Amino acid sequence: MGNPTKGGGVEHASYTTKFGSLASFDKGGVDLINDDARHYAFSNIFEVASKSQPWEKVAVAKNFEYVLEVVRAEGTSPWSTAAHDQFAVCMDGAITVELVKLADSPLADDAEGSVTLGGEPEGARMGKIHLRHGHQALLPAGSAYRFVTAHPSVLMIQTIAGPETQFRWAEICQTV
Amino acid sequence: MTATNIQVTTSDSVNQDGYHAFTLGEFEFRRDEYFVYISWPTGQHMMSIDSFLRALQRDVAWDFFYGIVNFDGVFGTVNHYGTVDIFAGRYNDAYRKAELDYSENHETPVIREAFKSILADWTNATFDPFASPHETGAAWGVKNGDNISAITRRRVAANRMVAVPGDEQIRTDESGFPVNRHFKDVDQGEPILEPEPGFEDEVVAFSLFAYLSRSDVTWNPSVVSACKDSLFCPTTEEYILPIIHGNDRVEWFVQLSDQITWDVEDRDTGAVRSRVTMKAGDVCAMPADIRHQGYSPKRSMLLVWENNSSKIPELIASGQAPTYPVEF
Ligand SMILES: [Fe+2]
Repeated sequence: MGNPTKGGGVEHASYTTKFGSLASFDKGGVDLINDDARHYAFSNIFEVASKSQPWEKVAVAKNFEYVLEVVRAEGTSPWSTAAHDQFAVCMDGAITVELVKLADSPLADDAEGSVTLGGEPEGARMGKIHLRHGHQALLPAGSAYRFVTAHPSVLMIQTIAGPETQFRWAEICQTV
Repeated sequence: MTATNIQVTTSDSVNQDGYHAFTLGEFEFRRDEYFVYISWPTGQHMMSIDSFLRALQRDVAWDFFYGIVNFDGVFGTVNHYGTVDIFAGRYNDAYRKAELDYSENHETPVIREAFKSILADWTNATFDPFASPHETGAAWGVKNGDNISAITRRRVAANRMVAVPGDEQIRTDESGFPVNRHFKDVDQGEPILEPEPGFEDEVVAFSLFAYLSRSDVTWNPSVVSACKDSLFCPTTEEYILPIIHGNDRVEWFVQLSDQITWDVEDRDTGAVRSRVTMKAGDVCAMPADIRHQGYSPKRSMLLVWENNSSKIPELIASGQAPTYPVEF
Protein backbone atom coordinates (compact mmCIF):
# COMPACT_ATOMS: atom_id res chain seq x y z
CA MET A 1 0.00 0.00 0.00
CA GLY A 2 1.03 3.57 -0.48
CA ASN A 3 2.72 5.76 2.02
CA PRO A 4 0.43 8.63 3.04
CA THR A 5 3.43 10.58 4.31
CA LYS A 6 4.72 10.68 0.74
CA GLY A 7 2.17 11.52 -1.94
CA GLY A 8 -0.70 11.42 0.53
CA GLY A 9 -2.81 8.81 -1.29
CA VAL A 10 -3.24 5.08 -1.05
CA GLU A 11 -2.16 2.85 -3.93
CA HIS A 12 -2.97 -0.67 -5.05
CA ALA A 13 -0.78 -3.47 -3.71
CA SER A 14 0.15 -4.44 -7.28
CA TYR A 15 -0.24 -3.24 -10.85
CA THR A 16 -0.48 -5.06 -14.17
CA THR A 17 1.70 -3.80 -17.02
CA LYS A 18 -0.02 -4.15 -20.36
CA PHE A 19 2.06 -5.05 -23.42
CA GLY A 20 0.81 -5.87 -26.90
CA SER A 21 1.48 -9.01 -28.92
CA LEU A 22 0.57 -10.62 -32.23
CA ALA A 23 -2.05 -12.65 -30.39
CA SER A 24 -3.52 -9.74 -28.48
CA PHE A 25 -3.31 -6.05 -29.13
CA ASP A 26 -5.62 -3.16 -28.58
CA LYS A 27 -5.33 -0.10 -30.81
CA GLY A 28 -5.96 3.51 -29.87
CA GLY A 29 -6.31 6.30 -32.40
CA VAL A 30 -6.58 9.98 -33.21
CA ASP A 31 -9.81 11.79 -32.29
CA LEU A 32 -9.87 14.70 -34.71
CA ILE A 33 -11.12 18.09 -33.65
CA ASN A 34 -9.51 20.25 -36.31
CA ASP A 35 -6.86 18.28 -38.20
CA ASP A 36 -6.13 15.57 -40.80
CA ALA A 37 -5.51 12.08 -39.43
CA ARG A 38 -2.79 11.47 -42.03
CA HIS A 39 -0.57 14.07 -40.34
CA TYR A 40 -0.15 11.62 -37.45
CA ALA A 41 0.55 8.45 -39.47
CA PHE A 42 -1.03 6.43 -36.65
CA SER A 43 -0.49 2.66 -36.82
CA ASN A 44 0.07 -0.33 -34.56
CA ILE A 45 3.18 -2.51 -34.66
CA PHE A 46 1.32 -5.77 -33.98
CA GLU A 47 -1.37 -5.05 -36.54
CA VAL A 48 1.31 -4.29 -39.15
CA ALA A 49 3.19 -7.48 -38.29
CA SER A 50 -0.01 -9.53 -38.38
CA LYS A 51 -0.56 -8.43 -41.99
CA SER A 52 3.06 -8.70 -43.17
CA GLN A 53 4.86 -11.51 -44.95
CA PRO A 54 7.77 -12.98 -42.96
CA TRP A 55 10.88 -10.75 -43.00
CA GLU A 56 9.31 -7.84 -44.90
CA LYS A 57 10.73 -4.54 -43.61
CA VAL A 58 7.68 -2.29 -43.20
CA ALA A 59 8.25 1.33 -42.16
CA VAL A 60 5.95 2.46 -39.34
CA ALA A 61 7.80 5.72 -38.67
CA LYS A 62 9.99 7.97 -40.81
CA ASN A 63 11.92 11.16 -40.02
CA PHE A 64 13.84 12.32 -43.11
CA GLU A 65 16.16 9.40 -43.98
CA TYR A 66 15.61 7.51 -40.72
CA VAL A 67 12.93 4.87 -40.22
CA LEU A 68 11.57 2.40 -37.73
CA GLU A 69 10.83 -0.87 -39.49
CA VAL A 70 8.50 -3.59 -38.23
CA VAL A 71 9.40 -7.14 -39.19
CA ARG A 72 7.27 -10.24 -38.80
CA ALA A 73 9.83 -12.81 -37.75
CA GLU A 74 8.95 -16.37 -38.72
CA GLY A 75 11.37 -19.23 -39.35
CA THR A 76 14.87 -18.27 -40.52
CA SER A 77 15.56 -14.96 -42.26
CA PRO A 78 17.94 -14.42 -45.16
CA TRP A 79 21.29 -12.89 -44.19
CA SER A 80 21.34 -9.06 -44.26
CA THR A 81 23.87 -6.32 -43.70
CA ALA A 82 24.08 -2.54 -43.32
CA ALA A 83 26.98 -0.07 -43.40
CA HIS A 84 25.80 1.57 -40.17
CA ASP A 85 24.70 0.35 -36.76
CA GLN A 86 21.11 -0.80 -36.46
CA PHE A 87 19.17 -1.86 -33.37
CA ALA A 88 16.57 -4.60 -33.11
CA VAL A 89 13.93 -4.72 -30.35
CA CYS A 90 12.00 -7.96 -29.82
CA MET A 91 8.43 -6.70 -29.36
CA ASP A 92 6.87 -10.18 -29.16
CA GLY A 93 8.11 -13.77 -28.98
CA ALA A 94 11.71 -14.95 -28.93
CA ILE A 95 14.34 -14.44 -31.61
CA THR A 96 17.93 -15.58 -32.00
CA VAL A 97 20.32 -13.23 -33.81
CA GLU A 98 23.34 -14.77 -35.56
CA LEU A 99 26.23 -12.45 -36.41
CA VAL A 100 29.14 -12.78 -38.86
CA LYS A 101 31.95 -10.23 -39.38
CA LEU A 102 31.74 -9.73 -43.15
CA ALA A 103 35.13 -10.22 -44.81
CA ASP A 104 34.01 -8.09 -47.72
CA SER A 105 30.88 -5.93 -47.47
CA PRO A 106 29.00 -5.28 -50.73
CA LEU A 107 28.01 -1.85 -49.40
CA ALA A 108 29.77 1.53 -49.63
CA ASP A 109 30.69 3.05 -46.27
CA ASP A 110 27.94 5.67 -46.61
CA ALA A 111 25.23 3.27 -47.87
CA GLU A 112 21.90 3.68 -46.09
CA GLY A 113 19.61 0.93 -44.86
CA SER A 114 19.92 -2.84 -44.85
CA VAL A 115 20.24 -5.15 -47.83
CA THR A 116 19.77 -8.90 -48.19
CA LEU A 117 22.90 -10.88 -49.00
CA GLY A 118 22.69 -13.76 -51.50
CA GLY A 119 23.58 -17.02 -49.77
CA GLU A 120 25.92 -17.54 -46.82
CA PRO A 121 28.15 -14.68 -45.62
CA GLU A 122 31.92 -15.07 -45.66
CA GLY A 123 33.75 -14.02 -42.53
CA ALA A 124 34.39 -14.82 -38.90
CA ARG A 125 31.50 -15.93 -36.74
CA MET A 126 30.87 -13.22 -34.14
CA GLY A 127 28.37 -15.12 -32.04
CA LYS A 128 24.68 -15.35 -31.20
CA ILE A 129 22.20 -13.35 -29.15
CA HIS A 130 19.02 -14.87 -27.74
CA LEU A 131 16.36 -12.17 -27.48
CA ARG A 132 13.10 -12.42 -25.62
CA HIS A 133 10.25 -9.95 -25.11
CA GLY A 134 11.51 -6.39 -24.63
CA HIS A 135 15.17 -7.14 -25.38
CA GLN A 136 17.21 -4.88 -27.67
CA ALA A 137 20.27 -5.98 -29.68
CA LEU A 138 22.98 -4.09 -31.50
CA LEU A 139 23.33 -5.10 -35.17
CA PRO A 140 26.86 -3.76 -35.67
CA ALA A 141 27.82 -1.84 -38.82
CA GLY A 142 29.47 -4.12 -41.36
CA SER A 143 28.23 -7.36 -39.85
CA ALA A 144 26.00 -9.89 -41.52
CA TYR A 145 23.05 -10.99 -39.44
CA ARG A 146 20.11 -13.28 -39.61
CA PHE A 147 17.18 -14.01 -37.31
CA VAL A 148 15.84 -17.41 -36.27
CA THR A 149 12.53 -18.03 -34.53
CA ALA A 150 10.60 -21.09 -33.48
CA HIS A 151 7.29 -19.19 -33.38
CA PRO A 152 6.02 -16.02 -35.14
CA SER A 153 7.60 -13.05 -33.39
CA VAL A 154 7.87 -9.30 -33.97
CA LEU A 155 10.92 -7.05 -34.37
CA MET A 156 11.18 -3.28 -34.42
CA ILE A 157 14.36 -2.08 -36.14
CA GLN A 158 15.97 1.36 -35.66
CA THR A 159 17.65 2.02 -39.00
CA ILE A 160 17.81 4.17 -42.15
CA ALA A 161 15.48 3.68 -45.10
CA GLY A 162 17.08 1.37 -47.66
CA PRO A 163 16.19 -0.29 -50.95
CA GLU A 164 14.15 -2.97 -49.19
CA THR A 165 12.14 -0.70 -46.87
CA GLN A 166 8.42 -1.04 -47.61
CA PHE A 167 6.27 2.10 -47.41
CA ARG A 168 2.57 1.34 -47.25
CA TRP A 169 1.22 4.23 -45.20
CA ALA A 170 -2.24 4.21 -46.76
CA GLU A 171 -2.65 0.57 -45.76
CA ILE A 172 -1.31 0.74 -42.23
CA CYS A 173 -2.32 4.23 -41.01
CA GLN A 174 -5.52 5.80 -39.79
CA THR A 175 -6.73 8.04 -42.64
CA VAL A 176 -9.96 9.57 -41.31
CA MET B 1 19.77 42.99 -5.59
CA THR B 2 23.37 41.90 -5.73
CA ALA B 3 24.08 43.68 -8.99
CA THR B 4 22.29 45.83 -11.53
CA ASN B 5 24.31 45.39 -14.68
CA ILE B 6 24.19 41.64 -15.14
CA GLN B 7 21.50 39.47 -16.74
CA VAL B 8 20.86 37.21 -13.74
CA THR B 9 20.44 38.31 -10.14
CA THR B 10 19.56 36.61 -6.88
CA SER B 11 18.08 38.71 -4.11
CA ASP B 12 20.36 39.38 -1.13
CA SER B 13 17.68 38.48 1.37
CA VAL B 14 14.82 36.00 1.41
CA ASN B 15 11.10 36.77 1.70
CA GLN B 16 8.97 35.87 4.72
CA ASP B 17 8.55 32.33 3.35
CA GLY B 18 12.32 31.85 3.13
CA TYR B 19 12.81 32.03 -0.65
CA HIS B 20 15.07 34.22 -2.77
CA ALA B 21 13.72 36.24 -5.70
CA PHE B 22 15.50 36.05 -9.06
CA THR B 23 15.75 38.15 -12.18
CA LEU B 24 16.76 37.11 -15.67
CA GLY B 25 16.88 40.10 -18.01
CA GLU B 26 13.56 41.87 -17.46
CA PHE B 27 11.84 38.78 -16.07
CA GLU B 28 11.38 38.53 -12.30
CA PHE B 29 10.58 35.34 -10.38
CA ARG B 30 9.24 35.10 -6.82
CA ARG B 31 7.63 32.24 -4.89
CA ASP B 32 5.58 31.87 -1.75
CA GLU B 33 3.98 28.83 -0.15
CA TYR B 34 1.76 27.90 -3.10
CA PHE B 35 2.68 29.95 -6.14
CA VAL B 36 5.36 31.33 -8.42
CA TYR B 37 4.90 34.93 -9.54
CA ILE B 38 6.49 35.79 -12.89
CA SER B 39 6.58 39.38 -14.11
CA TRP B 40 7.92 41.08 -17.23
CA PRO B 41 7.59 44.63 -18.62
CA THR B 42 4.12 44.09 -20.13
CA GLY B 43 2.50 41.73 -17.64
CA GLN B 44 2.57 39.21 -14.86
CA HIS B 45 1.58 35.61 -14.31
CA MET B 46 1.00 33.07 -11.53
CA MET B 47 1.47 29.31 -11.58
CA SER B 48 1.18 26.56 -9.00
CA ILE B 49 4.69 26.06 -7.58
CA ASP B 50 4.21 22.30 -7.95
CA SER B 51 3.60 22.56 -11.71
CA PHE B 52 6.28 25.21 -12.12
CA LEU B 53 9.03 23.19 -10.43
CA ARG B 54 8.13 20.01 -12.35
CA ALA B 55 8.34 21.99 -15.61
CA LEU B 56 11.51 23.82 -14.61
CA GLN B 57 13.17 20.50 -13.74
CA ARG B 58 12.54 19.15 -17.26
CA ASP B 59 13.68 22.34 -18.97
CA VAL B 60 16.95 22.30 -16.99
CA ALA B 61 17.55 18.54 -17.27
CA TRP B 62 16.90 18.52 -21.02
CA ASP B 63 18.98 21.66 -21.56
CA PHE B 64 15.89 23.27 -23.16
CA PHE B 65 15.10 20.19 -25.30
CA TYR B 66 13.88 20.41 -28.92
CA GLY B 67 11.82 23.48 -29.80
CA ILE B 68 9.40 24.99 -27.30
CA VAL B 69 8.95 24.05 -23.65
CA ASN B 70 5.67 25.65 -22.55
CA PHE B 71 5.33 25.65 -18.76
CA ASP B 72 1.63 26.42 -19.35
CA GLY B 73 -0.35 28.44 -21.90
CA VAL B 74 1.64 31.62 -21.13
CA PHE B 75 5.22 31.07 -20.00
CA GLY B 76 8.05 29.04 -21.52
CA THR B 77 11.29 28.75 -23.50
CA VAL B 78 12.32 28.22 -27.13
CA ASN B 79 15.60 26.45 -27.83
CA HIS B 80 17.75 27.91 -30.60
CA TYR B 81 20.65 25.56 -29.74
CA GLY B 82 23.16 28.08 -28.42
CA THR B 83 20.68 30.69 -27.32
CA VAL B 84 17.26 30.35 -25.71
CA ASP B 85 14.18 32.58 -25.86
CA ILE B 86 12.33 33.05 -22.60
CA PHE B 87 8.79 34.20 -23.34
CA ALA B 88 5.42 35.20 -21.91
CA GLY B 89 2.30 35.04 -24.08
CA ARG B 90 4.33 34.40 -27.25
CA TYR B 91 2.36 31.25 -28.11
CA ASN B 92 -0.97 32.48 -26.80
CA ASP B 93 -3.42 33.86 -29.34
CA ALA B 94 -5.03 36.40 -26.97
CA TYR B 95 -1.71 37.77 -25.70
CA ARG B 96 -0.47 38.08 -29.28
CA LYS B 97 -3.57 39.90 -30.49
CA ALA B 98 -3.40 42.25 -27.48
CA GLU B 99 0.31 42.76 -28.24
CA LEU B 100 1.11 41.88 -24.63
CA ASP B 101 3.44 39.02 -25.47
CA TYR B 102 7.06 39.44 -24.49
CA SER B 103 10.25 37.55 -25.27
CA GLU B 104 13.97 37.82 -24.51
CA ASN B 105 16.85 35.89 -26.04
CA HIS B 106 19.72 34.77 -23.78
CA GLU B 107 22.91 32.81 -24.26
CA THR B 108 22.14 29.24 -23.15
CA PRO B 109 24.63 29.25 -20.21
CA VAL B 110 22.98 32.39 -18.77
CA ILE B 111 19.43 31.04 -18.72
CA ARG B 112 20.69 27.60 -17.67
CA GLU B 113 22.38 29.06 -14.58
CA ALA B 114 19.37 31.24 -13.74
CA PHE B 115 16.95 28.29 -13.97
CA LYS B 116 19.28 26.01 -11.99
CA SER B 117 19.51 28.61 -9.23
CA ILE B 118 15.74 28.98 -9.00
CA LEU B 119 15.23 25.20 -9.00
CA ALA B 120 17.82 24.70 -6.25
CA ASP B 121 16.48 27.47 -4.01
CA TRP B 122 12.78 26.66 -4.39
CA THR B 123 12.86 22.83 -4.22
CA ASN B 124 12.42 21.72 -0.61
CA ALA B 125 13.78 18.55 0.95
CA THR B 126 10.28 17.00 0.79
CA PHE B 127 9.87 17.34 -2.98
CA ASP B 128 11.35 15.50 -5.97
CA PRO B 129 10.18 17.24 -9.18
CA PHE B 130 11.07 14.15 -11.29
CA ALA B 131 8.92 11.78 -9.23
CA SER B 132 5.26 10.95 -9.74
CA PRO B 133 2.90 12.55 -7.20
CA HIS B 134 2.57 9.23 -5.33
CA GLU B 135 6.33 8.92 -4.93
CA THR B 136 7.17 12.29 -3.43
CA GLY B 137 6.08 14.73 -0.81
CA ALA B 138 4.73 18.17 -1.54
CA ALA B 139 6.29 21.22 -3.16
CA TRP B 140 4.24 23.56 -0.95
CA GLY B 141 5.12 25.48 2.14
CA VAL B 142 7.85 27.64 3.55
CA LYS B 143 11.51 26.97 2.86
CA ASN B 144 12.47 23.56 4.25
CA GLY B 145 15.94 22.39 3.26
CA ASP B 146 16.84 21.39 -0.28
CA ASN B 147 16.95 18.31 -2.54
CA ILE B 148 20.08 18.89 -4.60
CA SER B 149 20.76 15.22 -5.35
CA ALA B 150 17.25 14.75 -6.82
CA ILE B 151 17.40 17.83 -9.03
CA THR B 152 20.93 17.20 -10.32
CA ARG B 153 20.54 13.56 -11.40
CA ARG B 154 23.00 12.66 -14.15
CA ARG B 155 21.32 12.58 -17.54
CA VAL B 156 21.68 9.20 -19.21
CA ALA B 157 22.80 9.41 -22.86
CA ALA B 158 24.19 6.35 -24.62
CA ASN B 159 26.67 6.99 -27.44
CA ARG B 160 26.04 3.68 -29.20
CA MET B 161 23.74 1.58 -27.01
CA VAL B 162 23.16 0.84 -23.36
CA ALA B 163 25.21 -2.21 -22.29
CA VAL B 164 27.96 -1.72 -24.90
CA PRO B 165 31.29 -1.87 -23.02
CA GLY B 166 32.38 1.67 -22.11
CA ASP B 167 28.87 3.07 -22.75
CA GLU B 168 25.88 3.52 -20.41
CA GLN B 169 25.21 0.37 -18.41
CA ILE B 170 22.03 -1.46 -17.43
CA ARG B 171 20.22 -0.60 -14.19
CA THR B 172 20.29 -2.98 -11.24
CA ASP B 173 19.41 -3.09 -7.54
CA GLU B 174 23.13 -2.78 -6.84
CA SER B 175 23.48 0.36 -8.98
CA GLY B 176 20.63 1.98 -7.06
CA PHE B 177 17.76 1.40 -9.47
CA PRO B 178 15.17 -0.97 -7.97
CA VAL B 179 12.17 -2.04 -10.04
CA ASN B 180 9.44 0.60 -9.84
CA ARG B 181 6.29 -0.32 -7.90
CA HIS B 182 4.19 -0.12 -11.12
CA PHE B 183 6.51 -2.49 -13.02
CA LYS B 184 6.97 -5.31 -10.49
CA ASP B 185 5.49 -7.72 -13.08
CA VAL B 186 8.04 -6.84 -15.80
CA ASP B 187 10.38 -9.76 -16.59
CA GLN B 188 13.89 -8.94 -15.35
CA GLY B 189 15.69 -11.55 -17.47
CA GLU B 190 18.54 -10.26 -19.65
CA PRO B 191 19.28 -11.62 -23.16
CA ILE B 192 21.64 -14.57 -23.38
CA LEU B 193 24.82 -13.65 -25.25
CA GLU B 194 27.14 -16.15 -26.92
CA PRO B 195 29.99 -14.02 -28.29
CA GLU B 196 32.90 -15.71 -30.02
CA PRO B 197 36.28 -14.78 -28.49
CA GLY B 198 37.24 -11.24 -29.53
CA PHE B 199 33.69 -10.13 -30.33
CA GLU B 200 32.51 -9.40 -26.78
CA ASP B 201 32.32 -5.66 -27.53
CA GLU B 202 30.00 -6.09 -30.53
CA VAL B 203 27.76 -8.99 -29.55
CA VAL B 204 25.70 -6.91 -27.16
CA ALA B 205 22.07 -6.75 -26.09
CA PHE B 206 20.07 -5.72 -23.03
CA SER B 207 16.50 -5.81 -21.78
CA LEU B 208 15.02 -2.44 -22.71
CA PHE B 209 11.84 -3.21 -20.76
CA ALA B 210 13.75 -4.20 -17.59
CA TYR B 211 15.87 -1.07 -17.98
CA LEU B 212 12.76 1.11 -18.18
CA SER B 213 11.07 -0.71 -15.31
CA ARG B 214 13.94 0.55 -13.13
CA SER B 215 13.77 4.20 -14.15
CA ASP B 216 13.44 6.39 -11.04
CA VAL B 217 12.08 9.43 -12.93
CA THR B 218 9.01 10.31 -14.98
CA TRP B 219 8.74 12.23 -18.26
CA ASN B 220 12.48 12.29 -18.91
CA PRO B 221 13.43 10.93 -22.36
CA SER B 222 17.04 9.75 -22.42
CA VAL B 223 19.05 8.12 -25.19
CA VAL B 224 19.50 4.32 -25.15
CA SER B 225 20.69 3.86 -28.75
CA ALA B 226 21.89 6.02 -31.64
CA CYS B 227 21.87 5.27 -35.37
CA LYS B 228 23.71 8.43 -36.53
CA ASP B 229 21.19 11.24 -35.73
CA SER B 230 18.35 8.81 -35.03
CA LEU B 231 17.95 8.63 -31.26
CA PHE B 232 15.86 6.19 -29.23
CA CYS B 233 14.82 8.23 -26.18
CA PRO B 234 12.53 6.00 -24.11
CA THR B 235 11.03 7.25 -20.87
CA THR B 236 8.58 6.14 -18.20
CA GLU B 237 5.47 8.23 -17.78
CA GLU B 238 3.03 8.62 -14.90
CA TYR B 239 0.49 11.36 -14.20
CA ILE B 240 0.85 14.45 -16.47
CA LEU B 241 3.72 15.61 -18.69
CA PRO B 242 4.73 18.73 -16.71
CA ILE B 243 5.28 20.79 -19.84
CA ILE B 244 3.42 21.32 -23.11
CA HIS B 245 6.00 20.45 -25.76
CA GLY B 246 5.94 22.59 -28.91
CA ASN B 247 7.72 20.87 -31.78
CA ASP B 248 10.33 22.40 -34.09
CA ARG B 249 10.55 19.08 -35.95
CA VAL B 250 8.47 15.93 -36.24
CA GLU B 251 8.91 13.57 -33.32
CA TRP B 252 7.50 10.07 -33.05
CA PHE B 253 6.00 8.11 -30.19
CA VAL B 254 5.93 4.32 -29.86
CA GLN B 255 3.82 3.24 -26.89
CA LEU B 256 5.71 0.28 -25.46
CA SER B 257 3.35 -0.49 -22.57
CA ASP B 258 0.06 0.65 -21.09
CA GLN B 259 -1.66 3.81 -22.30
CA ILE B 260 -1.16 7.56 -22.71
CA THR B 261 -3.65 10.15 -23.92
CA TRP B 262 -2.28 13.25 -25.64
CA ASP B 263 -3.92 16.63 -26.00
CA VAL B 264 -2.68 18.16 -29.25
CA GLU B 265 -2.96 21.88 -29.93
CA ASP B 266 -1.76 24.29 -32.58
CA ARG B 267 1.82 25.16 -31.65
CA ASP B 268 1.45 28.92 -32.13
CA THR B 269 -2.12 29.67 -31.00
CA GLY B 270 -3.02 26.84 -28.62
CA ALA B 271 -6.19 26.02 -30.60
CA VAL B 272 -7.19 22.39 -30.09
CA ARG B 273 -6.34 20.07 -33.01
CA SER B 274 -6.84 16.52 -31.73
CA ARG B 275 -6.79 14.05 -28.91
CA VAL B 276 -4.59 10.99 -29.39
CA THR B 277 -4.98 7.74 -27.46
CA MET B 278 -1.97 5.43 -27.63
CA LYS B 279 -2.03 1.82 -26.46
CA ALA B 280 0.78 -0.74 -26.36
CA GLY B 281 2.24 -1.14 -29.86
CA ASP B 282 0.73 2.06 -31.25
CA VAL B 283 2.94 4.39 -33.29
CA CYS B 284 2.08 8.05 -33.85
CA ALA B 285 3.86 11.12 -35.21
CA MET B 286 3.66 14.51 -33.56
CA PRO B 287 3.72 17.02 -36.45
CA ALA B 288 6.18 19.93 -36.39
CA ASP B 289 3.49 22.61 -36.02
CA ILE B 290 1.73 21.35 -32.89
CA ARG B 291 2.22 21.18 -29.14
CA HIS B 292 1.27 18.27 -26.96
CA GLN B 293 0.77 17.23 -23.37
CA GLY B 294 0.35 13.63 -22.23
CA TYR B 295 -1.64 11.92 -19.48
CA SER B 296 -0.59 8.49 -18.19
CA PRO B 297 -2.99 6.89 -15.65
CA LYS B 298 -0.54 4.08 -14.81
CA ARG B 299 3.24 4.32 -15.16
CA SER B 300 3.86 3.43 -18.79
CA MET B 301 6.80 2.91 -21.12
CA LEU B 302 7.00 5.36 -24.02
CA LEU B 303 9.62 5.35 -26.77
CA VAL B 304 10.21 8.91 -27.93
CA TRP B 305 12.04 8.78 -31.25
CA GLU B 306 13.96 11.89 -32.27
CA ASN B 307 15.95 13.02 -35.29
CA ASN B 308 18.75 15.07 -33.75
CA SER B 309 19.92 16.62 -37.04
CA SER B 310 20.64 20.32 -36.59
CA LYS B 311 19.48 21.07 -40.17
CA ILE B 312 15.82 20.27 -39.46
CA PRO B 313 14.44 23.30 -37.55
CA GLU B 314 15.50 25.68 -40.33
CA LEU B 315 14.17 23.38 -43.08
CA ILE B 316 10.78 23.28 -41.40
CA ALA B 317 10.67 26.94 -40.33
CA SER B 318 11.49 28.02 -43.90
CA GLY B 319 8.86 25.75 -45.42
CA GLN B 320 11.40 23.63 -47.31
CA ALA B 321 10.29 20.56 -45.39
CA PRO B 322 6.69 19.72 -44.46
CA THR B 323 5.42 19.85 -40.88
CA TYR B 324 4.09 16.31 -41.09
CA PRO B 325 6.24 13.21 -41.51
CA VAL B 326 4.97 11.39 -44.60
CA GLU B 327 2.88 12.08 -47.67
CA PHE B 328 0.21 9.55 -48.60
FE1 LIG C 1 7.35 15.94 -27.25
